[in-house]
This record gives sequence, structure tokens and C-alpha cells, in this order.
Amino acid sequence: MSALLVAPVALPLVAAAVLLLLPRSAALGRVVGIGSTALVVVAAAVLLVRTLTGEVPVVQVGGWPAGIAVVLALDAFGALVLLLTAAVTLLGLVYAIGTGEDREHTFTPLVLVMSAGVSGALSTADLFNLFVFVEVVLIPSYVLLGLAGRRQRVAGARLYVSINLLASTLFLGGIGLLYGVTGTVQLGELAGVAAGSVPAALAASVVLLAMAVKSAVVPLHSWLPGSYSVAGPAVTVLFSGLLTKVGLYALFRLYSVLFDGDPRFLWVLPAVAVLTMVVGVLSAVGSSAVRPVLTSHMVSQIGYVLVGLGLSTAAGLAAATFFLVQYVLVKAALFMVGGAVEVRYGTDVLDQLGGGLVHRERWLAVAFAGSALALVGIPPTSGFVAKLQLASAAAADGPWWVLLAVVAVSLVTLVSMLKLWNGVFWGSPDGAPERETGGSVAVATRTASWTLVGPPLLLAGAALVLGIWAEPLLAAATVAGEQLADPTAWVSAVTGR
Amino acid sequence: MSPAVVVGVLVAGGVFLLLQRGLLRVVLGFVLLGHAMVVLVLAAGGDRGGFALPGNGAGEPADPLPQAFVLTAVVIAFAVTVYLLGLLRAGSGDLGDDDARGPS
Repeated sequence: MSALLVAPVALPLVAAAVLLLLPRSAALGRVVGIGSTALVVVAAAVLLVRTLTGEVPVVQVGGWPAGIAVVLALDAFGALVLLLTAAVTLLGLVYAIGTGEDREHTFTPLVLVMSAGVSGALSTADLFNLFVFVEVVLIPSYVLLGLAGRRQRVAGARLYVSINLLASTLFLGGIGLLYGVTGTVQLGELAGVAAGSVPAALAASVVLLAMAVKSAVVPLHSWLPGSYSVAGPAVTVLFSGLLTKVGLYALFRLYSVLFDGDPRFLWVLPAVAVLTMVVGVLSAVGSSAVRPVLTSHMVSQIGYVLVGLGLSTAAGLAAATFFLVQYVLVKAALFMVGGAVEVRYGTDVLDQLGGGLVHRERWLAVAFAGSALALVGIPPTSGFVAKLQLASAAAADGPWWVLLAVVAVSLVTLVSMLKLWNGVFWGSPDGAPERETGGSVAVATRTASWTLVGPPLLLAGAALVLGIWAEPLLAAATVAGEQLADPTAWVSAVTGR
Repeated sequence: MSPAVVVGVLVAGGVFLLLQRGLLRVVLGFVLLGHAMVVLVLAAGGDRGGFALPGNGAGEPADPLPQAFVLTAVVIAFAVTVYLLGLLRAGSGDLGDDDARGPS
């Protein structure tokens, strides 16, 4: 059991180190990278099955006594997000073969270190270890963003590194304050402190503010479209699946454990969530290239997830969990389609593409249509189930304007997705540009093209399956939501009491 | 009292530099902010006067945990600062100077 918990952290780290030591070989990198990530997926799936019964597996790494040891623990929410991030990493690595990004020798090791950091951040029960694991995620991401540096990529990387360094500094300050107030950084020991004392609540909100920057919550979001739009296609997919999700996970975990769902602060979160949804979707409508539209939508969808946290009821948290899972899959699929268009035609600006790609890229068009419908929330896709859950949770316990925003933002989402569909795929074939054979992005060979089209098709299929056969994921999300609403099991597991 | 003043001065200087044009000043601002957080975390451990070693006869040992935190954080901040300086170097020349675009 303990090996299963440590594996998602240790295995990718070891694989990355081995890859850097071995001679440079693209094939070797693919085998080791995809193989080790597949093992993490299996470990996460086994952990999820165990946690769904309400059990919280916990391990004191190194055998030190409680309070000194590095404690790793997973509840259903953590295991679900772990499985999700591992699956996105796996598909992202396959997709990187197609975009040619993994020809860069350091690409696969960096992605593996990043995924190790994500697993660590998801399973740690110690605030300072969370800080360290978040840095383990961020430092490879800095390098990945600047890889194969086109000119504007350096500018994007500067923005990204600066804003994250600022957030990390704030995070460290918050941890220091919390330690000064309470004398511990073990999340289990800290359970409920923020609900009981004002200084602790202030210190904890500094930590939450830092996490809000990392998860791109409005008004702290403006770094995200600027930096994600310049990364490579596969790097964007991986960032969208891993980075902001760690911030979101930390927001959920910290609010659930530290604040114990304190209703006094609950007016802040729905307000911020609705603002995030609206601002994100409006900037998506105003963008004129595929990637900026999709990155702006990320902001909007983060707002949706936060609505569930803002309700802080078991139903709301379960809906947020379901939404998070389906949205990460759908978003990854959309970024993959956008990236594939960019790799094959050298641009993703709508005016330059001119439409008509449905005649040439039939499977890409199918993947885009499926995942765009899921993003909007049209039945029978998973997005419909997610938004229905969220809307009914909001109707039951939330203010009326939250429900209104959930529905209205979906309509605007539909507008921006139609804009992409018309600009990229729909129309006569004459308007479509010729395939570019050179250019700044490495162009994939024909034989490797299934790695470009396969992963987004698979994810769009998953969105459909999760919409029609939503019962297993709904059940898992319900368990996760109940454990987040009442974190007693998790707290008693990590404190050993 | 004195740690509070030190943190205040460092944060003020750091924020001032962050708001300047030019990435180099921003990097220096991050260095100052990093120092401020180090002092903050150390101060959070409380002032007990002694070293973090038990039994050295100089009063009650200081809290070792913030010192461990600070060691880790300093290493991370150093690595990221060096990377930012690398980006500064990579971008100079072809991006145009950050200073050049604004009013002088």
C-alpha cells in the first residue's frame, strides 16, 4: 500500500534521472516516459478504487515518527485528481511525439519531474511540503515554456516566471505567518484553525491568495493567456492539465481543512467564481486565434469549479469534482486540436486559417466538435451532466445570481466555440491554406500523424462516454465531495489519531 | 520588533523595484522580497536566543523547523532567480529593451 502512494512521486523522478544519464535517443525517451507514466496511471487507478470505500491510505515516508515524517495521504478527491493528471500526462507525452516537441532531449525528463511534483502536491499533508512540491512542478514548467525559444516565447516566459515567483514568495510568507500563529504546518494539526481564530484565518488567506494566483482566479488571471499562448502545443496541453489544477486542488484542500467550510467567508468565493467565469468567457469571445480563445476559456472554467467550492455543500463539492474531471479532459482535447492545426498549417490565427478544414482534417473536426459541445454543456456530453449538477447544487444552496451566471456563461461559451468552428473547420475547402512544410514549429511526418489526432479523439470520446455513462464518475465525485465537506477521515489519517 | 522593521523595509524596497521598468530591477526586487520572507519565517519561529542545537549551554535551543524551511526556500529562490537572469540574457537584443518602449 505504501509503495503505491510513493510510486507516483518517486517513479517519474527516477525515470527522469535515468533518462538524463542515458545516451540521447528519442525512442528511449518515449519508452521510458510513456512507460513510467502508464505505471503511475495504474497506481492512481488502484488508489482510487481503494479510496472510494472511504479509506484514506497514508504513509510516513522514511519511517520517522508522526510530526517529523513527510506524510503522504490520499482521499477520494486526491486520488481522482491524481488519476486525471496522470492520464493527461500520458496522452500529452503521446501527443508530443506528433508535434515533434519530444525531439528536444530535455522535454520528457522535464515533463516527468513536473508530473512527480503534481503527484506530490496532491498527496502531501504538510503545508511546507506542498510549497516544495509546487516548486518542483513550477521549475520544469519554466524551462518547458522557454524551450525552442521563439522570440515571443521569451517574453511569455518572463511574465510566467515573474508572476509565479511572486506567488511563491507570497505562499512562503503565508506559511511563515501560519507557523508563527499556530506553531505547526501539518495540515492535519491545522484542521479548523482558521475557523476558530482571526490571526490564523488571515495567515491562511495569504496562502489561499497565493494559490488563487497560481490557479488564475480573476482578478489574478491576466498572466495565463499571455504565457500559455506562446508555449509549444504539447506543453500547453500539459500545462492546462497539470499546473492550474494543482492550484485549484490546493484551494479545495486548504479551504476544506483549514477553514472547515466556515460560512462567514462564503460570500467571497461565489463572487470571485462568478467574476472569473464572466471575465474569462468575455475575453474568449474577444480573441481571434485558437489558442488565446482556449486559454481564456480556462479562466472561465476555473470559475465554474470554484462555484462548487463557494457553495461548500457536499453536493456543490461533488459537482465541482465532476466538473473538474470532465473539464480537464475536454480542455486537453481542445488544446490538442488547436495545436494539431497549428503544427500542420503553421498558424492558429482565425483570419489566416480561413475555415474549410473539415474537408481535409475530418477526424480533427470530429474531435473538436465533440469536445467543444462538452465544453459548452450540450447533452449527451459530460459537460451537460457537470453543468446540470453544478446548477442544481447552486439552485439548492446558492444565491440566484450564481445560477444565472452558470447558465448565461454557457451560452457565451457556445458563441465563442461557434466562432472557432466557423473560423477553422466550417466553410468551403478553397479558403483553407496549404499545408506548411517548414516553419517555426517542427512539422510532423505523415506516419506519426495518428499521435496528433488519436489523443484528442480519445479524449472527445471520453467526454461522450462520461456523458452517457456518468454513473461511476458521479459516484466517485459524490464520495469526494462528502469527504471534502467533512474532512474528518483525512485529518485523522494524517495525524494518526 | 526589529524583525518586523526589517521585513517591512525589505518588502517596501522589493515592491518598489518590482514596479520598475526593466527585468533586471524586477529580479532584484524578487531578491529583496525573498530576503523579507526568510526573515519573516525565521521570526515566526520565535526568539529564544540559542542556537538550534540542544545542550550547547546557551539557553533554550531555537526552533529548528523555520531554519529548515528557510534553507529549502533559499535554494529554490536562488535557482529561480538565476533562471530569470538567464531569460533576461536570452531576451536582450531581439526583444528590444523594456526601457526603450516607454516614456523615458
